[in-house]
Amino acid sequence: MRPTNALLRKELRLEWRTREAVPAMALFSVTTFVVFHFGIQQDAVSGALASGVLWVTLLFAAMLGANRLFVSDVEDSALEGILLAPIDRTALYLAKAVSFVAFLAVVEIVAVPAFYVLLLGPEALDAVPGLLAVLLLADIGIAVSGTLVAGLATQTRSRDLLGPLLGLPLLLPVIIAAARATEPLFAPGGAGALPLKWLAVLALYDVVIGLIAVAVFDFLLED
Amino acid sequence: MYGKGLRSLSIATAVTLTAAFALGFFYAPMDADQGVMQKIFYVHVPMAIVALLGFVAGAIFAIQHLRSGDRRHDMRSYVAIHMSLILGVGVLVTGSIWAKAAWGHWWLWDEPALVSFLIVFLLYACYQPLRFAIEDPERQARYASVFAIVAGAFVPLNFMAVRMAEAKTHPRVLQDSSNLPGSVWLVFFVALLGMTLLYMTLWRYEMAAKNTRGQIRKLRRRLGADVVAPRSAAPR
Amino acid sequence: MPSPRSTDIPAIELEGLERHYGERVALAGVSLTLQCGQTLAVLGPNGAGKSTLLRVLATLLRPHGGTVRVLGETLPAEAWKVRAKIGYLGHEAMLYRDLSARENLTLHARLHEVAEERVGELLEAVGLAKRADDPVHTFSRGMVQRCSVARTVLHDPELVLLDEPRANLDPAAAEIVEPLLAGRTRVLTSHDVRDAETADAVLGLREGRQHPLEGLYG
Repeated sequence: MRPTNALLRKELRLEWRTREAVPAMALFSVTTFVVFHFGIQQDAVSGALASGVLWVTLLFAAMLGANRLFVSDVEDSALEGILLAPIDRTALYLAKAVSFVAFLAVVEIVAVPAFYVLLLGPEALDAVPGLLAVLLLADIGIAVSGTLVAGLATQTRSRDLLGPLLGLPLLLPVIIAAARATEPLFAPGGAGALPLKWLAVLALYDVVIGLIAVAVFDFLLED
Repeated sequence: MYGKGLRSLSIATAVTLTAAFALGFFYAPMDADQGVMQKIFYVHVPMAIVALLGFVAGAIFAIQHLRSGDRRHDMRSYVAIHMSLILGVGVLVTGSIWAKAAWGHWWLWDEPALVSFLIVFLLYACYQPLRFAIEDPERQARYASVFAIVAGAFVPLNFMAVRMAEAKTHPRVLQDSSNLPGSVWLVFFVALLGMTLLYMTLWRYEMAAKNTRGQIRKLRRRLGADVVAPRSAAPR
Repeated sequence: MPSPRSTDIPAIELEGLERHYGERVALAGVSLTLQCGQTLAVLGPNGAGKSTLLRVLATLLRPHGGTVRVLGETLPAEAWKVRAKIGYLGHEAMLYRDLSARENLTLHARLHEVAEERVGELLEAVGLAKRADDPVHTFSRGMVQRCSVARTVLHDPELVLLDEPRANLDPAAAEIVEPLLAGRTRVLTSHDVRDAETADAVLGLREGRQHPLEGLYG
């Protein structure tokens, strides 16, 4: 626990110090909503369309952020300093994944209100509680896969391309489940019931991919 | 090592595939709605099943590779995934042709098996670019194995999610399987067997070829030639 | 002041150590024994495998063949046991440039379970106390080196591995390093014959193989 804690604080401190990834992801999300407005030529969206716009935007913003996850570790071989420490290397993965969830949460604090303002009507406000539950589970799924893929892509030559290339198909179940889960929440007449089966799918994905990632991540670090 | 029994395996494959084709054309009943195009089913579905099993095999070999460090498992994993990808192209093409012939569209979003297969294919299509982007051969093998394991776990998760998403009912052949006559099942199993044998034969051919090439390089190196293997996605 | 060591077991025992990079051989059958408290100088031309050898000893690389025992523990199986007792100073700083010197060292202290007071002591010892809270990317090269040295000895390692210290440390840093390394077993790589003369043991490496000192650079 202590090493994970120490590493997690390092991740958060680094992002706070450099402010590289999170502001860019948030800005990207808002801009993408504007792009969608012009692309689909709608002033307001509801139902499946609203769900889709939100999740596609968050997914692409996450892919942007995932690319940056290991950048500071590779500079000056800082990661090697950590590999020399007598700690369980799973702590590294956990710290990265948890920090990624935190970053996504901050991005969503900006992006979701922006989404409401730009593309949703006022009757969508009662979607918020359900939406929060979906966001949490989906963020965990994105973080769990995104960290793994970032770890894979970072040490390759075409890391900026490989990250999204690997990450997007891998995250499709999260998108499918999250979009289906939020679709009734954005229904035009007011929020419908939150479909629990899709929450279950998200939770299952989080657990399965999470466990596998924890099992294999060490192999990405050793040489 | 992989050349042993290759000839008999190839003959068995050829015989079974020919039998499957013959049965498919002459023995299997003609579908009332779809006509002769429905017979693509005997190619498309076995190919899909074998391809998916190949991906699973790739994941299993990858686990063995990470546990033992023996690079030969990585070679097997690579070839398994490679073969499955090639079959995967066939699956998507035959699936598309069948969709057009049977239901008028070149692609069907409400066929969950086809859609989830496409997603799996897109994921595994990244396998070789990933390998190619890593120059250190040991690391390349390790990272590829990590990927193969995650992708292998992904396949059932993905299928489940896609299946649940397409709640609309649609005449899916395997769903209405209780109505199918026995002759269809016979041809199907022969075709499945033939496809499996084809996969195994091709797998062995490629393993034998890679093995031989590796041994030649080793011999040349021992004879003094400075052999530098070019950067490649394939394990050496 | 380094704590008392168990001096019966050799610090390093190598037998037939092998390491390859693809089909190229990096180390081909290196064997040596080094007792605690001694200094080993590894000499050889570039590409000889000196850094590779050091990194295997540091547990950053796994051996591909032969046996490796560091401080009595076999690598790679027991690498995790030995990490607390090894310090490695390589070409790269191994520091996060956006964090301050103090933050970098505190992170290492927490990971190595070392009291955080040590961080302050070491920052004084390497002369970085005044700039301790500035981000590392504002440091001069010499200051970065000194911070790396602090990172290397923070957890009071029994064995210190130094990759070309003569080349990587400026005179100021080298002067500071000496007392911090006193009493520890050391392995250093070098191009300089002077290091061979002051060491207790010498290993010549050429193309991954052991080679006598004469004709090493021939």
